[in-house]
Amino acid sequence: MLLIPCPHCGPRSHIEFTYAGDATLRRPADDAPLAEWADYVYLRDNPHGPHREYWHHVHGCRAYVTVERDTATHAIVTPGGEAS
Amino acid sequence: MYSFPRLVREAFRRHSGWEPTWRSPEPKPRYDVVIVGGGGHGLATAYYLAKEPGIANVAVLEKGALGLGNTGRNTTIVRSNYLLDANAHFYEWSLKLWEGLSQELNFNVMFSQRGVINLAHSDAQRDQYRRRGNAMRLNGIDAVWLNRAELARRVPLLNCSDDARYPIVGGLLQPRGGTARHDAVAWGYARAADARGVDIIQNCEVTGFRIEHGRVRGVDTTRGFIAADKVALAVAGHTGQVAAMAGLRLPIETHVLQAFVSEPLKPMLDTVVTFGAGHFYVSQSDKGELVMGGDLDFYSSYAQRGNLPAVQHAVECGLAMFPSFSRLRMMRSWAGVMDMTMDGSPIISKTPIENLYIDGGWCYGGFKATPGSGWVFAWTIAKDEPHPLNAAFALDRFRRGAVIDEKGAGPDAKAH
Repeated sequence: MLLIPCPHCGPRSHIEFTYAGDATLRRPADDAPLAEWADYVYLRDNPHGPHREYWHHVHGCRAYVTVERDTATHAIVTPGGEAS
Repeated sequence: MYSFPRLVREAFRRHSGWEPTWRSPEPKPRYDVVIVGGGGHGLATAYYLAKEPGIANVAVLEKGALGLGNTGRNTTIVRSNYLLDANAHFYEWSLKLWEGLSQELNFNVMFSQRGVINLAHSDAQRDQYRRRGNAMRLNGIDAVWLNRAELARRVPLLNCSDDARYPIVGGLLQPRGGTARHDAVAWGYARAADARGVDIIQNCEVTGFRIEHGRVRGVDTTRGFIAADKVALAVAGHTGQVAAMAGLRLPIETHVLQAFVSEPLKPMLDTVVTFGAGHFYVSQSDKGELVMGGDLDFYSSYAQRGNLPAVQHAVECGLAMFPSFSRLRMMRSWAGVMDMTMDGSPIISKTPIENLYIDGGWCYGGFKATPGSGWVFAWTIAKDEPHPLNAAFALDRFRRGAVIDEKGAGPDAKAH
């Protein structure tokens, strides 16, 4: 079980959360070229190691939380804060 | 050569005459084609390439030992019950190759066409499954609708009563679907490829690609540089990671999927059954174990292990279908890492780098594709263009908006 550090609720089991993917992606401008939008929607770095990601505390405070987790070991490297 | 007379002869010599099933050669400095990844797909690709006239100088590089990745970590289900044309045609071709595979390789892959049944639990789901069944039949694939009474006769242990947690309405059966022996597929292809002169090099990890003027020249490995005219990746689970060494960013997230087996039992389930009100699939192996799988753990992971909540969810689904499983003990569980693509369909394609080819993104469904994947990938490598069966599985389909989203789940890797 992963223990996700929620800034509001403290450490909680990952079954209370929904994984919401890569937190490093930045949404392009509305009028950005189509190729840039396609890259944003579809392409991922998918790193083997530390990964900054969103978890939605859907069965708790309902905040989106960012966490840095190692995809090779599942260890939470650095607890983030509330997603900006 | 495996044959009955040979078996009899060896029986009288205390089996002293058997030789290793494939050679373990030193890597040559140069190959026509280097295939990265010694799982089922890579080995099948090597075999079908070596069958092509004029291509004999092929190597398969494997970082560990053959077939210890996802080839040995699946639930061995083979089927072609797809709705969308691109998937239906490709997986049906793969299924046809399965049907002749043991003869083709002279190696028993224990392919058992015991049928695959998808259960439906509501009127809406019944309509959807029947639509898929009709689409399959239009594509020349076998599909049979079973109502509840027919299901109860076909799978006696299934809870077909009104008291079930999700009462069963019926099921879509593909009679030609079934299971196969996963290790034997890797070994059979390895042996057959080796016999045609393919060098299978184990414990040889690729650490980088040499790319000059947009064209691949070879691979750096833990056993030195190996030059190659063409390099083909068949490393599903790690495709994103390996492709990143060539500077490619892919529409893939890597997720972990678990599977487990019960203690061995006498024959009790002679088909493959999937649950429709949750994600769960079960069959019984020839050793008697129930082989079961469920959902992803639903977070990116390269660790070949998962967590218990996913196991609990799968087991709950299983018990809703088969209450008689409740007293079984689980014997083993394991996990594999999946290339989850953004539309749930694989990538078998050329890449922006000349003479570098990718076969990956197999999501949950790579095992059944092994022969078909190897066959079309070999074609793609040999002719430097996709076969009509894999033309739709191009890497650039995402940018073109030509996704093949069988489930209709949208661009969320874990949802497929």
